Amino acid sequence: MQQPPSSSRRQFLGLAGGVAVLGVVPVVTVRPAEATPAMLASAIQNVTGGAAVQTGKVKLDIPPLVENGNTVPMTVSVTSPMTENDYVKAIYVFNEKNPQPNIGNFHLGPQAGRAQIATRIRLADSQKVTAIAQLSDGSFWSTSVDVVVTLAACTEEVL
Amino acid sequence: MPSALINVPKKARRGDVIEIKALMSHIMETGYRRTAAGDLVPRDIITSFTCRYNGAEIFRADLFPAIAANPFISFFTIARDSGKFEFEWIGDKGFSETASASIAVE
Repeated sequence: MQQPPSSSRRQFLGLAGGVAVLGVVPVVTVRPAEATPAMLASAIQNVTGGAAVQTGKVKLDIPPLVENGNTVPMTVSVTSPMTENDYVKAIYVFNEKNPQPNIGNFHLGPQAGRAQIATRIRLADSQKVTAIAQLSDGSFWSTSVDVVVTLAACTEEVL
Repeated sequence: MPSALINVPKKARRGDVIEIKALMSHIMETGYRRTAAGDLVPRDIITSFTCRYNGAEIFRADLFPAIAANPFISFFTIARDSGKFEFEWIGDKGFSETASASIAVE
């Protein structure tokens, strides 16, 4: 947020002009790290092993407008009979723009009775949250929800 | 001082689906924050949570920095027998805590 005391508008413009002459646009990153859609895709690939992910069966309950990204309640439920032959093996939750694409992996089994988990997460920015369920037959199902965050988590200064 | 809050029904009928809630006090430092001096604060999170019901694992979670401080997790299980739920949290810097709760199944 603050400019170093030595920098001035003139120096800045001079620098910007120099950069323009070179034809290089400096990429200014506000955050030191941010997950990219490619990181999200590779994190999902790690989980699915390349298997197709279908849309449906999964329900992601998360407030669409979040005031404080430091603690966002989230519930994931999956439509499943939860019997010995047909149950949810795992629920994976991902995000798009936190420094890391993973949020949590939750491993359950037929003994759960109900395929539902809840936790509280951090969101560094307004973004898409994706939940993927792995069923006992090896299929993957997913859903995504867009969340607007007014106060971001993760990257504030520690005083 | 780490402390756990566990919520398990004291009594249940056999075959009931019961909800289990677990909260562990922990800073869950992401490793992406900086001090005013610009130094990165090292990561310090809980990485794994496990619940066993009479010795058998019924639920496990891998946690990442995107889980909020004082991680709260709720999940379900079928009440089969009276006995004990054992909870275990494992994390960075040698963090390891356990807690337990018992249930009477009729």
